[in-house]
Amino acid sequence: MHGLLARTLQCFLQDTYGLGTWAEIARRADLDSPDFEAMLDYEPATVERVLAAAVQRLDKPGEAILEDIGTYLISHHNNEGLRRLMRYGGLDFIDFLHSLEDLPGRARLAVADLDLPELELCDREGGGFDLICRAGSTHPRGLGHVLVGVLRAMADDYGALVILGHSGASAGRERIEITVVQTDFAAGRSFDLGGAPPSPVEGQ
Amino acid sequence: MSLPPETMATLMPLHMAIGADGQVVSLGPTLAKVLGPGAGEGAAFTQLVEIYRPRAVATLPVLLSLAGRKLQLRLRGRAGLAMKGLAMPDGRGGAVLNLSFGIGVVEAVRRHALTSSDFAATDLAIDMLYLVEAKSAAMESSRTLNRRLQGAMQAAEQRAFTDPLTGLGNRRAMDQLLQRLIRGGERFAVLHLDLDHFKQVNDSRGHAAGDRVLQAVARTMLDLTRKNDLVARIGGDEFVILPLGLTDHERLSDLARQLIARIEEPVPIEDGACQVSASIGISLHDPDNPSPAGVAGLLAQADSALYAAKREGRSRHAFHRAEAA
Repeated sequence: MHGLLARTLQCFLQDTYGLGTWAEIARRADLDSPDFEAMLDYEPATVERVLAAAVQRLDKPGEAILEDIGTYLISHHNNEGLRRLMRYGGLDFIDFLHSLEDLPGRARLAVADLDLPELELCDREGGGFDLICRAGSTHPRGLGHVLVGVLRAMADDYGALVILGHSGASAGRERIEITVVQTDFAAGRSFDLGGAPPSPVEGQ
Repeated sequence: MSLPPETMATLMPLHMAIGADGQVVSLGPTLAKVLGPGAGEGAAFTQLVEIYRPRAVATLPVLLSLAGRKLQLRLRGRAGLAMKGLAMPDGRGGAVLNLSFGIGVVEAVRRHALTSSDFAATDLAIDMLYLVEAKSAAMESSRTLNRRLQGAMQAAEQRAFTDPLTGLGNRRAMDQLLQRLIRGGERFAVLHLDLDHFKQVNDSRGHAAGDRVLQAVARTMLDLTRKNDLVARIGGDEFVILPLGLTDHERLSDLARQLIARIEEPVPIEDGACQVSASIGISLHDPDNPSPAGVAGLLAQADSALYAAKREGRSRHAFHRAEAA
């Protein structure tokens, strides 16, 4: 499994609960090294062990932790780069939803060996959407919950009023129900095409 | 065929419609934004753009003769942006010149605060911007890993040059510095130090006591040398000191005597104290008259001086003398 996913879990736990908590979770998960590298590969079982240790240590359901990871990915200031990449998806939240099926392809453009689950957006009668997330055997379980967090944070980012929730999984397919109440409910955060952070200087 | 202006503007936001007289009839909205207010309609097209490849274009007929060819051009005025262009006849004696930022798109977007609605939905410009940002993020990640690996490599190298028991350099550290000193053409001394009576300590008081003695001796040697001198443990109870810049016989003898005196001080261990002594052989590297066998020869000379000191009754030092070799 791609190190980016493992590294994301580590950064989330460190940035949200502190280095001490992370060290404890890493110990409980019996990791060889307490640091995941974003550009190396890991066994999915290793990452699942870390998540299980986090569930115990934080006394929080796994699904809630996964959803928090999704929110963290978009809204934490350490991840501004990723938020910007996601905003390339469209001008408003509906546009963004329509771009989600391209997401795995876009991710591969950035990191050629990053394999994300297939996504499919279906229109529901009455104006809502169903987002189907098809995880493969190489993916850790529960990515749909991460996606729920990502979608909630992106709705905030666009300033859209959205009702969404995970509505279960069957046969490796997770389903997320999305109802967009209003696309311009609040101001949202700005996205300026030319506003990419300058390239980091070597040694920083 | 004549298209409504809105159609032209939406399909080609970076176009310029040129009339049969060579004057600009209309500009796409994004091109107008980049050129700035006031530029445009009524001006000759050559006042707005300078086409320089495949050749300089000064008139409409020349432009039309290049129809369908890739044009390289610059916007005139403050913008000064390099762009790519493609011109085709409009069917009424004029031409439509469509432009693209090419790979300059990142800079153009920054400079002119363009947004995604400034580009046609079919234009790959936005995808290119996405790719540029995604690549720099991925590259940064990769660089972070490289930096960490470099740090780990340096730490491993450090360990590879260190004797774990005493923290002194090891034989590899000594070899590397000797080679560097010889290459550098410097005059320097090699002190080869061997403990006396160490085997008895090890045999009668145990290895733990022996280790304590070795650590104490290492501390003594570090105390009596300077920070940049090399002190290395090259065998069980064998050490080499390279006191950089110190080649005077008298001062080398002083150092050797001090070392031996301090090493002879008893080392406290759990049930009492241990006492050892040391013998030292000293050889000198003279860049004008080097040992023919290089590093090995220099060490052999120090070694033979060490055995001379041992033969003379231990707890003393001896210099290697050329005639005695």
